[in-house]
Amino acid sequence: MELQAVLMAAGGGSRMTDLTYNTPKPMLPIGNRPLMWYPLNLLERVGFEEVIVITTKEVQKMMSTDQKIKEVKMKLDVVCIQEDGDMGTADALRHIQQKIKADILVVSCDLITDVALHEVVDLFRAHNATLAMLMSKAHEFTETVPGQKGKKKTAEQRDFVGVDQSGKRLLFMANEADLEDGLSIRKSIMRKHPRMHIKTGLVDAHLYCLKKAVVDFLTENKSISSIRGELLPYLVRKQFSKTTKRPKSKEDSEDQSQEMSDSSTNQELLISSRDESLLELAQERSCWNDHHGDMSDAYHGGKLRCYVHITDQSLCYRVNTLAAYIEANRLAPKLFEESAVHPSAVISEKCQMGSDSIIGALCQVADKTSIKRSTIGNSTTIKEKVKVANSIIMHGVTIEEGCNIQGSVICSNAVIGRGADLKYCLVGNGQRIESEAERTNEVIVGTDQLMEI
Amino acid sequence: MADSAVTDEPETKDDIDQAKNDGKELTKEEKLRLRKEKKQQRKNKERKDDKESEKEKKSVPAAAPASQPPTQPTTHKAPPVVPAPAPVPVPASEAPAPADKPAKSKAELKAERRARQESDRASKQGKKGEVGPQASTSKPKAPPSELQPVVKRLPEHVQVDNPDVVKKLAKKLEKQQIPLRLDYGYKVSLFSHLHQYSRKSPLTQQLSIPSTVIHPAIVRLGLQYSQGIVAGSNARSVALLHAFKQVITDYTTPLNEELSRDLVNKLKPYISFLNQCRPLSASMGNAIKYIKKEISNIPSQCKEEEAKSKLLTNIECYIEEKIVLAAKAIAKYSIEKINDGDVILVYGCSSLVNHILCEAFKKNIKFRVIVVDSRPRLEGREALRRLVQGGIRCTYVLISAVSYILPEVSKVFLGAHALLANGYVMSRVGTSQIALVAKAFNVPVLVCCETYKFCERVQTDSFVSNELDDPDDLIVTRKGKTQLEDWHQVDFLGLLNLVYDVTPPDFVDLVITELGMIPCTSVPVVLRVKNVDQ
Repeated sequence: MELQAVLMAAGGGSRMTDLTYNTPKPMLPIGNRPLMWYPLNLLERVGFEEVIVITTKEVQKMMSTDQKIKEVKMKLDVVCIQEDGDMGTADALRHIQQKIKADILVVSCDLITDVALHEVVDLFRAHNATLAMLMSKAHEFTETVPGQKGKKKTAEQRDFVGVDQSGKRLLFMANEADLEDGLSIRKSIMRKHPRMHIKTGLVDAHLYCLKKAVVDFLTENKSISSIRGELLPYLVRKQFSKTTKRPKSKEDSEDQSQEMSDSSTNQELLISSRDESLLELAQERSCWNDHHGDMSDAYHGGKLRCYVHITDQSLCYRVNTLAAYIEANRLAPKLFEESAVHPSAVISEKCQMGSDSIIGALCQVADKTSIKRSTIGNSTTIKEKVKVANSIIMHGVTIEEGCNIQGSVICSNAVIGRGADLKYCLVGNGQRIESEAERTNEVIVGTDQLMEI
Repeated sequence: MADSAVTDEPETKDDIDQAKNDGKELTKEEKLRLRKEKKQQRKNKERKDDKESEKEKKSVPAAAPASQPPTQPTTHKAPPVVPAPAPVPVPASEAPAPADKPAKSKAELKAERRARQESDRASKQGKKGEVGPQASTSKPKAPPSELQPVVKRLPEHVQVDNPDVVKKLAKKLEKQQIPLRLDYGYKVSLFSHLHQYSRKSPLTQQLSIPSTVIHPAIVRLGLQYSQGIVAGSNARSVALLHAFKQVITDYTTPLNEELSRDLVNKLKPYISFLNQCRPLSASMGNAIKYIKKEISNIPSQCKEEEAKSKLLTNIECYIEEKIVLAAKAIAKYSIEKINDGDVILVYGCSSLVNHILCEAFKKNIKFRVIVVDSRPRLEGREALRRLVQGGIRCTYVLISAVSYILPEVSKVFLGAHALLANGYVMSRVGTSQIALVAKAFNVPVLVCCETYKFCERVQTDSFVSNELDDPDDLIVTRKGKTQLEDWHQVDFLGLLNLVYDVTPPDFVDLVITELGMIPCTSVPVVLRVKNVDQ
């Protein structure tokens, strides 16, 4: 087996608590499909037959009842972990270490993309890399986000990513939060790669191809708990650490424990194929080198290599903020050719519906309504003379007559009273908006949510 | 024997019918003759005018078999220009012919065939004998190819402009579940019979990601070939054998199958896949032949584990003998030819030549090297790096300067991709140029080549069989401007990126192999001896 897919679906959605306090993030509807359907669909399209899904019990229950998840033809091996959120992504990998028998492809449940996965995997295969990941140029979100007061915060923590001249080899990765004074780059990196491009406007898609040796390394090294936050920077740094320490540290009796653990971890991370000597012979005889101008061999003799594929043409979104969620809902209909209107929806004839709207199953849309650029969930009832524009309406919502909803997000099972006028609002789960209410740019959630801190 | 008394058409037609209706057994010769005549008549339908003159009375119920379509008024007196008994591929001129046959004749042909089959079955006691000599007495007017029992066919990778061959290849790949790689860009007309692929559309685009049809080691290898990460004849062979070792290790014999037969069948789609990624080299072809032979020679009572370990050791032995030890032996011979004060010219990056020079340097021979390089591969940079790392004094020039520096040169060492059976050396494009200029300057040219690269092909020019690399490699960006980036838009502009060329044996003074130093023309002798050994 070449690659095993692992879907991380236990994340809490800490940056969009208004949406996730009732519905767990993997099951948030986007275009009337649960969020985790999108990475599953991506994996299915490229040809995976089995996926290990790491998630919580609650999500597992919801998955078993969801229609779209049941349509997924792959075998889903669901592993449940505790919900308390102490488990990082790397801890989750450690948890399933027994199941992993080959190199893994880790995907996050909030990734919506149509990138050609073979580009990432080809880097992983061709260069015998330890890590290959996907990044994308960030797009500005243009939609107004409900509940956001004032301009969008610009000081989101930036990621600094350094790549070599070809744009494929990953040389440097750090988050702004970790850099105290400035960006410092080791001399060893500069000596080997004198030309480095540092990019900041990239979005990490959280799609990683990792060698099996990395998972074994994680089981030994229990201090690493997050793939993105700790494991990745560690791997990127380790590409350039000296490997000659190994024989010395064995002889030196005054070993510091740090050095010992460094060398042993180096050994684990080294690519150990069964016929190392033949591969070396082939590489030695091959007249190819990945860089020119200095006297070192291909890859500078380094065995640990990290690669990144930066895409700017494909769609690539991570739905971890409210703005991203709204943007994703806008773009979801473009991702598949299914008809926007579910066949079981009952839509009266005097309704004006734009072609970019999605209507879910068992909906009831009455006369004289106008629905533009919106997503309507399953089993929603919309009465007469309602105007819905640029909104996301989840499942089981009832909207009474004469309402005017613009740019809002209405969560499941909410009831909007007659004649309400909502602009850029977020109505939480099961909330009830009284009739003739006029709300603008507000987040209306239940009091029980306010108590959770 | 055939009765000579038989007369012309109307009677003969009745004769045959009568014979069939009576259930009288048609003699074997008569049946054969019937068949031949039918074939001949089919040919005659096109060459109506031509064939009339070549008629010769054959002593057989001539002319119209029952299948003769009534639309044909002129009954053909069956010319005896009968084809040889072996079913031979119809010459190309006949190819369009069957298409214009009226549809009626097909049905009648079928009826005739069925009747003949019934009469065959009726006359089970085959009167063997004079059929053979009968056929051989046929007039030698048959086209020359039909006299030959074995027809040599062109390999399909040099017939890309023939749509039938392409279709056949597509069907074969479909059966093996391997995607077909499409050609890219306008091909220069002289080379339109070769494949031209683009590196930007790899074959893995059409494969599923955890590749199940093809072993992951082979997918990795194919990628490395197509991206040029593993390049050079020796490196490709070693990498290929390494991948095959992994395939064999992971292989399990399915039930009711024999390892010796099933494993060979398993390897066939992998080889097609690798061929699609990059056309196989001669050394790889020989390695594959060796492996297939080893696998088929495994006795059937051998247990799977034992068989697999035997195969793995054989592969290791092959590499050790044919590549590593051969390199050592060639280095030993070559060092005899390198003297103090020599100026040696090398071209491109040949792993063998680099090895020789490094070994010679270690033996404290004082010489210096001139590395000649050429675009677009610029492999000479890598050769330069390795030699300088070994401590050798080097000069680096591009191939355009070769005639300027040749007066300084005392010897030329060239590597080879393959040595052809007529003594021609197939190597990186530009090698024949170097050899030519060296000959003009009376500088000795020595080619270093292991015997496993000797190949039975015969080629006298670089057009017939070559490899076209990605044309976009020729595009270069200088000072931010890329002149050729819209070359697709320009009509009739083709970018040609050849990979190999052949050097005639007149320009090569010596070939150094592990068997010794031989002249170029002794290659077929070595091949013959190798075949006898095996």
